[in-house]
Amino acid sequence: MESILTLLSAGILEALEPLNFGMILLGCTIGLLVGAMPGLGSVNGVAILLPITFLVPPTAAIIFLAAIYYGAMYGGAISSITLGIPGASTAVATVFDGRPLAQAGKADKALTAAAIASFIGGTISIVLFTLFAPPLAAFALKFGPPEEFALMVLAFATFIGLGGDDIPKTIFSILIGLVLATVGLDIISGQPRLIFGDISGFLHGVNFLVLAIGIYGIGEMLWTLETTKGEVTVHKVKMSIKAMIDNFRDVKSYIGTTTLGSTIGYFVGTLPAAGATPASLMSYGLAKTFSKDPESFGKGNISGVAAPEAANNAASTGSMLPMITLGIPGSPTTAILLGGMIIWGLRPGPLLFTEHPDFVWGLIGSLYIANFVAVVINIAFIPIFVRVLTLPFTILAPTIYILCIVGGYAPTQTMHDVWLMFLFGVVGYLLRKLNYPVAPAVLAIVLGPLAERSLRQSLLASQGDMFTFVERPISGVCIFLALVLVSYPLIKNFRARRSAKAASQS
Amino acid sequence: MTVRTAELLTAIICALCSIGLMLKANELNIGWIDGRGPGSGAWPFWLSAGMLFASLLTMFRWFIGATPESRSTELFITRDRLMIVSISAGSILFLLVATHLVGIYVALVLFLLFYLRFVGRHTWLLTTILMIGIPVFVFCLFEWALKIPLPKSFTEPMFYPIYDLMYS
Repeated sequence: MESILTLLSAGILEALEPLNFGMILLGCTIGLLVGAMPGLGSVNGVAILLPITFLVPPTAAIIFLAAIYYGAMYGGAISSITLGIPGASTAVATVFDGRPLAQAGKADKALTAAAIASFIGGTISIVLFTLFAPPLAAFALKFGPPEEFALMVLAFATFIGLGGDDIPKTIFSILIGLVLATVGLDIISGQPRLIFGDISGFLHGVNFLVLAIGIYGIGEMLWTLETTKGEVTVHKVKMSIKAMIDNFRDVKSYIGTTTLGSTIGYFVGTLPAAGATPASLMSYGLAKTFSKDPESFGKGNISGVAAPEAANNAASTGSMLPMITLGIPGSPTTAILLGGMIIWGLRPGPLLFTEHPDFVWGLIGSLYIANFVAVVINIAFIPIFVRVLTLPFTILAPTIYILCIVGGYAPTQTMHDVWLMFLFGVVGYLLRKLNYPVAPAVLAIVLGPLAERSLRQSLLASQGDMFTFVERPISGVCIFLALVLVSYPLIKNFRARRSAKAASQS
Repeated sequence: MTVRTAELLTAIICALCSIGLMLKANELNIGWIDGRGPGSGAWPFWLSAGMLFASLLTMFRWFIGATPESRSTELFITRDRLMIVSISAGSILFLLVATHLVGIYVALVLFLLFYLRFVGRHTWLLTTILMIGIPVFVFCLFEWALKIPLPKSFTEPMFYPIYDLMYS
C-alpha cells in the first residue's frame, strides 16, 4: 500500500512537469473537440495524432494520447446532448436522455451532469485502477473466447429485456448490425464475404462509423426536420451562474447511479472484448432498472445522462488496465496506444511495471491530472457549446450534414463509405418512423467482429459443442443472466394480460 | 400510403433482404470444416436466418394487430412533411454527386448557397460569410490539422499554392 502511494505521488509529480502538463492541457482540449465532432472519436484523434507524438519522449507522448482519449470521452457527451448525434459510439447511450433534455431546453443541465458524472467515473476508476490492478488483471486473464461471447450475448439481451421496444424489431436491428459487421474479408479464413454487386468498396467492410453517422447524423436530422417541420429552430437555453449552481446541486439525484455505473464501467472496460460502449449501455440499463421512475428514461431523465457518461469514462480507464498489465488492448483506442508503445521501444506486459516504472506511473499520475483538467475545460466551455443550439435550423442542419459527410469520409477516405452512410441515413429514418429501434444495430456492428471471432474460436476449441458456453462457469452465468433478461418482457407481458383478464372478469 | 401498409411492406422488404443475405452467405461454406471450425459463411447465414424469423414474426404480429403501427390508418407521411424531408435528402444527394464532379470544396459552396439562401432565406451577407467560412474551416481542420485529404476532383491544381504554404 505504502509503496503504491510512493510510486503514485512520484507519478503525479512527473505528470505535473511543464512538458507533461502542457501535453495534458493540449490533449484534453483536442480530445474535447474531437470527441464533440460527430464521427470523430477518441480512436480517430489518437490514430491521426500518433505520428506527431514522436516529437516528444514516450512518457509525454502517451500522456498526450491518453489525455485525448480522456477528453474525447467528455467531449462525446457534448454532441450527444446538443446535436443528438453521438460524437463516438461510446456516447450512444448518452443520446437516449441527453437529446430529450436538450429538446426540453435543459441542455445546460445535461451537459453539467455529463461532465460531473464523467469526473466521478474517472476518479472512481483511476483509484480502482491504481489499487486493484494486479488481482483484476489475473481475473480478466481467465476470460477465454466462450466468456467473451457470452458477455456480448448478455449485452444484446439487455436491449431485448430492458430496451422497451418491439421485440421482433429489436432482434432484427441487432442481427442486421451483426450481419453488416461481417461484410468484407473474413477475419479467420481471409475470404471476401457479402461483397454486394462485386463493389470493391465492400472489401474493407462496413465501418461502424458509417452506420452510426448515417443513422444518428443524417437520419436524425431528417427525423427532426420532419417532426418539427423545420419550424422549431431554437431549444431555449437559459444559462446563468445561479442555474449552474443549481445544476451542481443535482449531483445528489444521480450520485448513486454514477457510482454504480463507474464501477461497472471500470470492470467491463477491463475486459478486452467489451469496452466503453457496452459499459455505458449496461450502466444505462441498470440506472433504469433501479430507478424509482423508470418510465421517465428516454424522455429526459438526468440519471440517464449521468449513468452512461460515468461508465464510459470509467471504462476508458479500465481498458488501459489490460493494455498496461497484460499487453492486451481493452479497446480500439488502446490498441493504437499499444502500437505506439511498441514503436517507442517499450515492451507491453507485466514487465513494464518493473522495467519502466516511470513510464507506467507517469501515465497513471497523468490520468488523475487529466481527469481534473478535462472537467474544468469542459465546464468552462459549456456556454459556448450550448450556443450551438441557438443557431437557426437552416444553418445548423447544413453544417451537421457537412460534418457528417466529411466525418464519414475521414476514417477510410473513400466516397463509397459516404454513399453508404447516406443510404443508411435514409433507411434508418424510414425504419425509425415504424418504431424499429436503431441503437442495437449500431452496437451490433461495433461488437460484431469480436462476437464472431470469439464464437468461432470457442466452437473450434469445443469441436462444435454449443454447450461450451453453458458449461464454463463465468460464461454460464452470463448466458443465464441473458436468458433471464430475454424472458423478462415475456413474463411481464403475460402477467399484465392475466391481471387485465382478471380485472375484466371481476 | 397508411402506416399500416408501410408496416407490412417494410416487414416484407426486410424478409426479402434477409433471404437475399442468406443466399449471398450460402455462396461461402456455411457448414462445419474439419479442423477449421465453422465456415466463413455460417455466422452471416444464421444471423440472416434470424432476421428472416424476426421479419416473419413482425408480419404475424401485423396480422393479429399486435403492434400500434399495424392498427394505425394514418398517412405514413403527409405531403408537406415529405417536401421538407426530400429537400434535405435531395440536397445531400446533390452534395455527394457534385463532390464526384467538381470536388468537395466547390460542392460545399454550392450546397451552402442553396441551403442558406434558398431554403433558409438568410441574408446575402450571412450566406457569403458561411459559404466561404465553413469550407475554409473544413479545410483547416481536416487537411491541415488532421492531414486527411478530401476529394477535390479536377479542382486539385487550384490547391497547389496552398499545399506549398502548408508543407514548406
